[in-house]
Amino acid sequence: MNVTRGFTGRARTVRPGLPPGQYDARDDWPVLSAEVTPGLAAADWSFRVGGLVAEPRTWTWEQAHALPGSAYEGDIHCVTGWSKFGTRFEGVSLDSFLAAADPLPSATHALAHSHTGYTAGLPLADLTGGRAWIVWSSDGRPLAPEHGGPARLIVPHLYFWKSVKWVAGLELLDHEEPGFWERNGYHPRGNPWEEQRYAGD
Amino acid sequence: MTETTLPRAGAGFPPRTRFAVPGRIAVDEQVAARWQTATLTEIRPETPRAATFRLAVPGWAGHLPGQHLLLRLTAEDGYTAQRHYSLASAPDGSGHIELTLDRVADGEVSGWFHTVARPGDRVEVRGPLSGFFAWPGDRPALLVGAGSGVVPLMSMVRYHRARGLSVPLRLVVSARGPEDLLYAREYGAETTRVFTRNAPAGTPVGRLSAAHLAPLLAERPPGGWEAYVCGSNSFAEHATRLLVAAGQPVDRIRVERFG
Repeated sequence: MNVTRGFTGRARTVRPGLPPGQYDARDDWPVLSAEVTPGLAAADWSFRVGGLVAEPRTWTWEQAHALPGSAYEGDIHCVTGWSKFGTRFEGVSLDSFLAAADPLPSATHALAHSHTGYTAGLPLADLTGGRAWIVWSSDGRPLAPEHGGPARLIVPHLYFWKSVKWVAGLELLDHEEPGFWERNGYHPRGNPWEEQRYAGD
Repeated sequence: MTETTLPRAGAGFPPRTRFAVPGRIAVDEQVAARWQTATLTEIRPETPRAATFRLAVPGWAGHLPGQHLLLRLTAEDGYTAQRHYSLASAPDGSGHIELTLDRVADGEVSGWFHTVARPGDRVEVRGPLSGFFAWPGDRPALLVGAGSGVVPLMSMVRYHRARGLSVPLRLVVSARGPEDLLYAREYGAETTRVFTRNAPAGTPVGRLSAAHLAPLLAERPPGGWEAYVCGSNSFAEHATRLLVAAGQPVDRIRVERFG
């Protein structure tokens, strides 16, 4: 252990739910997209599930809203170090979209695409079982463009770079495919509880 | 030949190249994974609210302007705090790097640097990280920064000068006033200064505007500008909107926001 002289740090409030190396952003919700925020209207948004599926499907804004609603209530964790507690996002469970597209048995991974061209690579197992959503509102208010509105993916049990803003689709694959940050040195999975920030962690 | 019946990778999805993908350089994963000891060798005040900290990192693998590192402080009980900071210095092979840190109220890590740190102190660093905002000195660079957002951009300006590069480089730097302008004595003909609250006599006060960017975009260097925008989210949103409206292609704008 390399102790830093004179460093005491913040009060050690026990904060269950705070992964290692993270701090509580409280009311802040930092924006960290690497690209220009697109002016994407809800009418121009669509969500596609393709690749290794029996039936590739594309949903419009209205069609996606016709699926059974589902909300996430809990915490989110950004690889840059902040965590935000008690968030609420409303949308549709990704399971509903996947069920309609019917993944092939060979599908093991996915590349999530944004309407901007941003991508994130994920194991398919992290996107199923009620652990991922397509959401369009936060605390009852429409998702702001800078936070991914009109609609984004959220995979809150992984670092938030996996939660693709302005989500355009999910491409199912039989191999791991690095997305934008994964190709820029970030970890293929990004589990905050194991502090998988960078490749090799 | 069942493979040929599968959909082409990415078919039906937006092209990955629509915005500035991929990163400019590959990141060395082994270097990025290793914590190294860095020894503070010098503290230089920049403004009343910011100072530059020079660190000796004997095993530093070198970086490109625009990259950042992860810095970690450890308390006696093992508690650690870590933050990402942009590198302010140009890569120079000296085994030293520089960071410029704002004094943030209640800043856990920056607070230690501004109130406790002195030469000889040791911290830990990991990096350089991320190739996305790196500038290898190849493409014409249009740099737009506000506040401490100018830090990674100054690394690019310094690199451009140190290497005597001929590729065009322009910097637009926004600060509240002259007393808040980082690296004030280092700017040359490549720089446009924007003061938002108070300015020297004869210099207009106001936000970054289309008028600041128009003459730079009109230069149209061969191959076009690669734009690097760094600052608060509100500044980044404002600056990128102005750039897009002025005709800068979306896929040639790289954005780094504080957070």
